[in-house]
Amino acid sequence: MKKRWLCLFVENEIGVLAKISGLFSGKSYNLDSLTVGVTEDVTVSRITISLTSDDQTFEQVKKQLNRSVEVIKVVDYTDVAIHMKELMFVKVSGCSEKDIEEIFRISQIFNITVIDYNRDAVLIESVKTENKNNDLIALLGKCFANRIEIVRGGSVAVEALSIDKISMKSISYRNP
Amino acid sequence: MDITGAELFVKALKKERVDTIFAYPGGQAIDLFDALYGEDDLNVIMPRHEQGLVHAADGYARSTGKVGVCLVTSGPGATNLVTGIATANYDSVPLVCFTGQVPTGLIGNDAFQEVDIVGITRSICKHAVTVRKREDLAEIIKKAFYIARTGKPGVVVVDLPKDIQREYGSDEYPTNIEIRGYKPNNSVHIGQIKKAMELLNHAQRPVFLIGGGVNIAHANMEMLKLAEITGVPVITTIMGKGAIPTTHDLYVGNIGIHGSYAANTAISKCDVLFSIGTRFNDRITGKLDQFAQDAVIIHVDIDAASISRNITVDVPIVADAKMAISKLVEKAKPLDIKAWVEQIGEWKKQYPITMRKEGMTPEKIIRSINQVFDSAIITTDVGQNQLWATQFLELNERKQMLTSGGLGTMGYGFPAAIGAKIGNPKTDVVVISGDGGMQMNIQEMATAIVYELPITICILNNGYLGNVRQWQEMFFDKRYSSTCMRYRKSCIANCNVPTECCPEYTPDFIKLAESYGAKGIRVTDEKEIIMALETAKNNRKVPTVIEFIIDREENVMPIVPPGNALNDMILESEGN
Ligand SMILES: Cc1ncc(C[n+]2csc(CCOP(=O)(O)OP(=O)(O)O)c2C)c(N)n1
Ligand SMILES: [Mg+2]
Repeated sequence: MKKRWLCLFVENEIGVLAKISGLFSGKSYNLDSLTVGVTEDVTVSRITISLTSDDQTFEQVKKQLNRSVEVIKVVDYTDVAIHMKELMFVKVSGCSEKDIEEIFRISQIFNITVIDYNRDAVLIESVKTENKNNDLIALLGKCFANRIEIVRGGSVAVEALSIDKISMKSISYRNP
Repeated sequence: MDITGAELFVKALKKERVDTIFAYPGGQAIDLFDALYGEDDLNVIMPRHEQGLVHAADGYARSTGKVGVCLVTSGPGATNLVTGIATANYDSVPLVCFTGQVPTGLIGNDAFQEVDIVGITRSICKHAVTVRKREDLAEIIKKAFYIARTGKPGVVVVDLPKDIQREYGSDEYPTNIEIRGYKPNNSVHIGQIKKAMELLNHAQRPVFLIGGGVNIAHANMEMLKLAEITGVPVITTIMGKGAIPTTHDLYVGNIGIHGSYAANTAISKCDVLFSIGTRFNDRITGKLDQFAQDAVIIHVDIDAASISRNITVDVPIVADAKMAISKLVEKAKPLDIKAWVEQIGEWKKQYPITMRKEGMTPEKIIRSINQVFDSAIITTDVGQNQLWATQFLELNERKQMLTSGGLGTMGYGFPAAIGAKIGNPKTDVVVISGDGGMQMNIQEMATAIVYELPITICILNNGYLGNVRQWQEMFFDKRYSSTCMRYRKSCIANCNVPTECCPEYTPDFIKLAESYGAKGIRVTDEKEIIMALETAKNNRKVPTVIEFIIDREENVMPIVPPGNALNDMILESEGN
């Protein structure tokens, strides 16, 4: 089992997302996250998918996606140098003065932004890799158990500009 | 000139050279039917149930090689197609199914007879689409036919809202189409062909394993050539049966859970398995890790997703079977494998598939069909009747079998025969069905009558859902749970054996046939088999139902029990 990344270019049409997500559920492929947005060409949408699977299943996933009439192109990002980020909001409520201080400290160290704040609640925005966001959730969950609300956007990815082997390692933000 | 969507629909069918459509009307399709009214160039067939309709279109498509076209109304009309869509798509049959839909403005309102048929069929067809704008209609229909018939053929659903059927717009129909996400493969990788032939030429114990892909691609001539030049024995799946004539010296038999001992053993012992157009379905592989365990596996398939899915393949070749086999033939040469061929012949002789000699066995019935019909299309239903048919039917250039292999849909055989007869009016069409499956689409008898289709319908009546009963007998301690077709309220709950005093069978198939205006013949003695078949064959006007009363607990043998390796078979019933 291994974490994989796929980028799909699909027709920007009604039902295409249902087709793709239905393929995953119907064939029992697990899917970790899926994001979709329109591209510079309004007739084309771009989907970023992350999943965890063995090699054989992953080959099937790619073939099955390729087979769909609505799918224009499937790109495997698993071993490609990419930039990848996920937007996440965390709302912490019921905060004491001390909690708020702690949150500001965390946000400084983690390099994340406090975007909203009132006397007893703080809203944090984090644009990080999925793993970094996982770490942040773990930390906040420990400090403020049962008082956090999390909204995750799922990852989006784009190929890095430099493609020589040396930079591949340094750019691969997926495994910080 | 501006025309309505419905008129464009009719024009499109003609442009696609459709001559026959299978159609059942309703409120949301009434404009389309109006446009079809009085059309001389289109033969509109109205069956009695939409499931019968779609199986008929399927049988028409399989037997003619053309695209089968269905037209039904929204809601229940559309949902009645579902089983038939899955059946056809699973066996790569090209169909285009038009469904009426409520007007675009009402979609999503839970309007009368609104269902999301595109959503329902998405996972069981090749492509499904709702037409949302009148100006898209022509292109969508063009694409539908293109997608259905190219690549690995399949079913396309086109959902047509009523307002679009009525709306005026351009009468143009495109001649060409480009779909950026759909590029059917139309070449062969020559390097892989060379590699495959290299392996084959050095093999000591090679076999061909041929699936339905060869029949679909109409590559039978090429396949025969390839087999004859190389001298390599040919094994088929159920869907591949008939790829080369079944009486040919090089033909070994079917592989699979009811395959022949020789075929299953040869697969288990071969050193090169050259497979073409099969997806290594679980019904043919048996225990996976022992499947062809000594073999290097070559796999030709048009669908990349079928390669290395169930079985890891050493040499994959993604290509159309006909194209690939033609290339293989160019490089083919005779192999020196006399000992292996003789060994397989030995196995064939040692353990032929055969049934007991006394009584009216399914073997005798099917061999009589072989004898009486020199050229025919034979459809089967699903169950023991189908399995016996795949074991004993002889197929060749003049005899084709249509069967629901992938989905295994009871109720397929009879309506498929109707479609086959409509597509091939001069060819004899024979149905081999069980008593259970026959009742799943019996209403189509009316269709066969009104369109004057003289089909020979052989019902093998064992008074059981025999295939399931056999499993209950062999693997569930004879607990005949819900499989007896002669059960009545008065029966005991834990019955495990048929007796002389079982309640009478209902319906009386003979009276039922006669009530429709068909001919009915009941056969209880083996001496009457040939006579009955001859009578049916000579009946040129109406269908003939022949009800063969067969042994109630007849089993399909041999069988690979669940979980066993392919060559670990039970060869004979305990009773024998
Ligand atoms: C629509 C459908 N329902 C259920 C089944 C499961 N099934 C497979 S074979 C079979 C028994 C068929 O009985 P019959 O038509 O009498 O044929 P026989 O096996 O007796 O020849 C059943 C119930 C099926 N294949 N299709
Ligand atoms: Mg039966």
